[in-house]
This record gives sequence, C-alpha cells and structure tokens, in this order.
Amino acid sequence: MANGAAAVAEKTFYEEGTSSRKGILGWLLSTDHKRIGLLYLGAVGSFFIVGVILGILMRLELIAPGKTIMEPQTYNAVFTLHGVIMIFLFIIPGIPAVFGNFFLPLQLGAKDVAFPRLNLLSWYIYIIGAILVLISLVLPGGPLDTGWTFYIPYSVRTGANVSLAIFAAFVLGFSSILTGLNFITTVHRMRAPGMGFFKMPLFVWATYATAWIQVIATPIIGITILLVILERVFGVGIFDPALGGDPILYQHLFWIYSHPAVYIMILPAMGVVSEIIPTFARRTIFGYKAIAISSLAIAFVGYLVWAHHMFVSGLSDTSAMIFSLLTFIVALPSGVKIFNWVATMYKGSIDPKPPFIWVMVFIFLFSIGGLTGLVLGSLATDVHLHDTYFVVAHFHYVMFGGTGTIFFAALFYWYPKMFGKMYSIKWANIAAALFFVAFNALYFPKFIMGYMGMPRRYYDYLPEFADLQLISTIGSWLMGITMIIIFWNLIHALLKGPKSKENPWGGVTLEWHTSSPPPLENFHVIPTVTHEPYDFSQLKEMKNYESD
Amino acid sequence: MSQTDHAHAAESHGHIHRDDIGSKMGMWLFLFTELLLFGGMFLIYAVYRYQYPDQFHIAGMELDTGIGTLNTIILLTSSLTVALSIAALQRKNKFLSVVLLLITIVLAFSFMINKYFEWGVKFEHGLYPGSETLLGKPNGEILFFGLYFIMTGLHGLHVVIGIIFLSIILAMIIKDKITFDNYVKLENSGLYWHLVDLIWIFLFPLFYLIQ
Ligand code: HEM
Repeated sequence: MANGAAAVAEKTFYEEGTSSRKGILGWLLSTDHKRIGLLYLGAVGSFFIVGVILGILMRLELIAPGKTIMEPQTYNAVFTLHGVIMIFLFIIPGIPAVFGNFFLPLQLGAKDVAFPRLNLLSWYIYIIGAILVLISLVLPGGPLDTGWTFYIPYSVRTGANVSLAIFAAFVLGFSSILTGLNFITTVHRMRAPGMGFFKMPLFVWATYATAWIQVIATPIIGITILLVILERVFGVGIFDPALGGDPILYQHLFWIYSHPAVYIMILPAMGVVSEIIPTFARRTIFGYKAIAISSLAIAFVGYLVWAHHMFVSGLSDTSAMIFSLLTFIVALPSGVKIFNWVATMYKGSIDPKPPFIWVMVFIFLFSIGGLTGLVLGSLATDVHLHDTYFVVAHFHYVMFGGTGTIFFAALFYWYPKMFGKMYSIKWANIAAALFFVAFNALYFPKFIMGYMGMPRRYYDYLPEFADLQLISTIGSWLMGITMIIIFWNLIHALLKGPKSKENPWGGVTLEWHTSSPPPLENFHVIPTVTHEPYDFSQLKEMKNYESD
Repeated sequence: MSQTDHAHAAESHGHIHRDDIGSKMGMWLFLFTELLLFGGMFLIYAVYRYQYPDQFHIAGMELDTGIGTLNTIILLTSSLTVALSIAALQRKNKFLSVVLLLITIVLAFSFMINKYFEWGVKFEHGLYPGSETLLGKPNGEILFFGLYFIMTGLHGLHVVIGIIFLSIILAMIIKDKITFDNYVKLENSGLYWHLVDLIWIFLFPLFYLIQ
C-alpha cells in the first residue's frame, strides 16, 4: 500500500474504522487493535474504580474497633470481591490487554495483531466473565466469601455462590489465554522488515514473556476451577480427605497458576519502565540484552516457586527449603532490571516529566515490596508473618505500588499517542506526589501491624492497633482524592485538553514514528528498521519532534 | 493505490492479511494449552495411583476393556480419515474430502454412543460420584471412579466440540469457503482432532489396560 496512501494521511483510527459501521457499533464490532485496546481501557478502568471504592469501604469499616459500617459477613464478601476484581479484572488484563493491544503492533511496525477477530472475541469473553461475577453477587446464596484464593475445604462447604463466581474466573482465564497466543504469534510473524528479536523494544519483550506465561499457566487454574465446581456439585472426593482426597493438592494446583500469574502482573509493567526511562534520560537503555533475557528468566523461574505460599501448610522441610531458595533466585533477574534502569539514568540528561516521576515512585515502592517479599520468602520469618497484615502490605506494594503505579505511568506516557491530547502536566505531578504520600500512609502501617500480629481478613481488631489502623484509613481517603485528581485530569484533557504535539517526549521506538493518534493501519508506509530500539540519534532525522 | 482501493482494503481489514503459518502457530499454542489442561488431571491421577495402587487395581477391573478397545479403534480410524480428507482437498478432490470428513463425524458420533452405553452400565451398577454403592467402597476406588468420570467426561466434551467444529468445516467446504488453495482451517481442525485422539491414547491404557 505504498505511496498513494499519503492521500488519506489525515484520517486517524477514530475517524476511520475497520467496518463501515458508525458510532457505538463501529467500536463494539471493530477488529482494530487500537479500538480494542481502548475498549479494554474503559472496562478495566471502570472495574478498577469499583475495586478502589470497595477498598475504601473496607478501610472505613476498620477505622475503629468493632462494627462501624458493615456486618462481618459483608466484610468477608467485600474483601473477596475487592480481591477478585483487582486480580482478575484489573491487574491481570490491565497492562497487557490495554497497552499491549494498543502498542504491541505499533512497536513492531505491524498493521494489527495476528488474529484481529480473535482479539475482539477475547474482549467479549472478558466482558462475559465480568458479567458472571456480577450475577453471582445478586443470586440467592449470597456473594462469594472465600477470599480471592477460593481455598478448599471452605469453598466447597460455604453456601455462597462459589460455582458461578469461580466459573467467571475460568472464563476470564480463557480470555487471557487467547490474548496470550495472539501476542506470541504476532511477535513471531508480524515484525517489520529489519526488526530482529534483539531490535524489539523492551515492552515487546516483556509482553512476549508474559504471553507465554498466560498460555502455559492459565490452563492449570482452568482445570482446578472445574474440579472445585465438580466437587461442589457431585462430591467427587479429589480434595476431600473423608473420601481419600487431599485439600493441600488444591493449594498446589492453585499456586502453580497463581504464582506465575503475579509475573503476568509485573512483567509488562517492567517493560513499560524500560520504555519510559530511556526516553526521559535521553540515553539508550543500559544492558538491553540483560533486561530482555531477565524477563524470560523471571517467567521461567517464576514457575518453580509456587509452594512459598504454603510454607505453613505442612510441606516437608526439604521441599520448603528448596522452594525458599528458588524464591530468592527470582530476586536476581528482578535486581538485574532495577540496576540496569538506574544505570541508564546515570549521566543521562534527565527530563522529569510526569511519566518519569511516576516511574520513580514505582522504583521506590516496588523495591520495598520486593525486599519485604524476601522477608516472607525466608522460612523462619514467614512462619511468624504468614497470613498477617504484613502480607497484605507486601502484595499491595508490589501489585498496586508496582503494577498499579506503572499502569498510570503508561497512561501518562502514551496518552498523547492514544488520544492526541495533552493533560495538565502540573496536576499529573501533583497526583504523583500525593499518590506517594497516600500510598505509604495507607500501607506502611500494615507492615508494622502485621509484624505485631494483626491477622489479615479480620473484621475487628484489638485496641492496640487502633492508631495504626486510623492512619491507614486516612491514607485511603488521600488515595481516593488522588484517584479523583488523576481521572479528572485525564477526562478533562480528553474533552477540553489542548492538542498534543506528535511526539511530545521525543520517543524513538516505532510508535512515535507515526502520527498521533495513529491512522487505521498504523503506518502510512510500513517502516524498515535500521536503528537499535533506543538509539536517540534518530531524533534529529525524525520530523515530528521539536525540542523545547 | 487509489482512494477507492484503499477504502476497499479498509473495508475488509482483518481479512486481507492471510498468514497460514501464523494460523497454524496459533493453533499449536492452543493445543498446548489443552495438553496442560489435561496435564493437570494426569498429574492428579499419578498422585492418587501412587497412593492407592491396590484399590486402583481392583476398581480398574470394573471397566470394560472390550468397549474401550473398540472406541480406541474408532478414534484412531477417524484420525486417519480426517488426515486423508485434508490430503484429498489438497489434490483438489472436493467430493472425496467431503466424504472422508463425513465419515470422521460419523465415527465421532459412534464413539459418543459407545460412551453413553458404557457410562449407562456404570450408573446401573450404582457406580457414580456420590452414589451409595460407591461411598461404601474404599477411598482409592472412590477416587478411581471420580477420576474416571472427570477425565473421560472432559475428553467426551472435547469430542462433542470436535463434532461441532468438523461439521462447520464440512459446511464451509461444501460452500467452497474452504478450498484446495485455502485450507488452513481444515488443517487446524484436523490438528485439534488428532489431539483429541492423542489424549484418548493415554486415557485408554491408564484406565482400561493397566490393571
Ligand atoms: C485505594 C486502594 C486500595 C485500598 C484502600 C485497598 C485496601 C484493601 C484492604 C483493606 C484489604 C483487606 C485486608 C484484610 O482485611 O485482609 C485489601 C485486600 C486486597 N487487596 Fe486492596 N486496596 C486497594 C487497592 C488494591 C489494588 C490496586 C490491588 C491490586 C492490584 C489490590 C489487591 C488486593 C488483594 C488481592 C487483596 C486480598 C483479598 C483477599 O484477602 O482475598 N488492592 N485491600
């Protein structure tokens, strides 16, 4: 589609769809990966807001000992729903399905993903899964109250709507598998001419490693969920000691998926960081290959550590020690990344725009989350800290402080590309600062409380925790305000914001070589790749960048 | 390329890009996930067989090796016919391809009919999850039958899905949507069918032969 295409250069993917349909149907039936990415953004963002509201409600309940606003059983349902929404509806699909969909083909120099219709189908499957979760809330029997881990035997005995709710998780897993296999095939088959594997941007590498985990790990949770449902309906006995089964087997199967799943959550975020840091330090990434390979290493070793969630479930000492050792080994490739990022900034000419500031927040919070992970990975300390608030603090630091923060960093980084508008830089910076304060107020006290012995998933607590619980609740209000600022800033920019420059940050990966927002088929002429991905000498040749 | 051509290309966007190798790659990845799905079950089977070797032995005697063998032969034959159907289409023999695919579907149906009778007999003897007869037996036997129903049931579900897929493909061949120069969909459903066959090849000895 060579030269003549310039005639239609002005049309963006908003103005021209994959079918002749207009309006809402033009979106709901679109196979354009950019529109699908935005559909995901809408859905994922809405569920995130619901999850945040539930979190704030829980914190409100915990503001003082005793009952404040809800019954104990409601609290059980709320933390379960909060966990299920945040894990299955926000953080697992979050970066891969939103930004992966939008930017994987752009960064590869492709027109779309390998299977565009399958891609749309995955979005619908995601929505069906989400609707099933919602239906399970209102059906008689009552909302799920098992915690997001659905542990046996409680999940077989409780009267709540377990079957439907976990079937929803099964359906969501299916969507995740389809997205994964789509991305793997895209990376193998759709790279622009000249783009070898080691010329791919690091976000592509990270998404690629993630896609493999999605494909390999998700079927295990699928079969596990089916077994729990069969167990509830027919009483087969596989997990029931009375019939010869073993409840611990459930924990193994669950974590064989769910531990690799935490790398589904974090790897794409690490990929985004590897994009943002070079762009704002104006330096090529330090240790490109090390970062690329460490993604695969994390994906691989991440499979072999699942039993560190089960140190107190009656593992043999030998296996506990082996799993503890393996857990420490995962810290190595993660450390490789952190050091390479920091080394990239060394002697760079740093331009602290909002995406970069959000990344700094990430590095700080994620390091705390990662290091406290090691505390939990050592056997002796884990026996003390298992199932306490320490764990709650740890996973909020890695998931929210890690992936959640980067979700915002990615939004601020790619917003001008996706929407062609610019948000208020000032308010984005204020939000980052406020986020940092709110986050630590909300979760740091939980480390201390956990260390003092406050168990997780409790509706009530002893008076000695009252002060720390109060600080944490105040933190949750600040967090709520931060979220309002972020969303208001972005939505305001969408409606009334100024038009953004084509390449406001001076990025050089392929997505910045096309117009903002991109046209339907991404590039007027499919680019030929000659440079390394983070070679900033290209900026001089790039017409769309004017330095300021 | 003129403006109208471009509009046309945009119209069929998502169809213009044809990549048979890519499609097959996607299919292989999907089959891989299926293997892992069953892999979980094989793992559980191994764990419990190791734990209750004697009771698994006794329970295994209840299964009818004859009907199992018959079904194995049926599935293997159907795998052959689907492969031949692809070969026929490649050689532009649409009629033969359709006939062979039809035979595959008929064989798949007869597999399910056999399964129906086999399960029916078990139910008659009161051998199903949660039944009194079964609960009166030792734990190993309960688990054996639990696994038997789950694994052959899950496999049977795959056979049914296979029947649906193959029927759709059949209709597409008849309507010339799948032709001798564009048959990757037929090939992919053939791959799926071989997988269904392959899984059975493992289920058969584990349940019917090693007693
Ligand atoms: C304003 C934001 C948030 C607040 C106020 C909040 C608060 C809470 C609270 C109070 C709990 C229950 C602790 C307990 O009683 O054991 C909890 C649990 C949890 N949170 Fe959050 N959270 C927030 C954001 C997030 C995010 C962004 C994620 C994930 C990315 C997340 C994932 C989880 C998970 C997985 C659980 C465990 C649920 C369970 O025990 O089954 N949260 N959160």
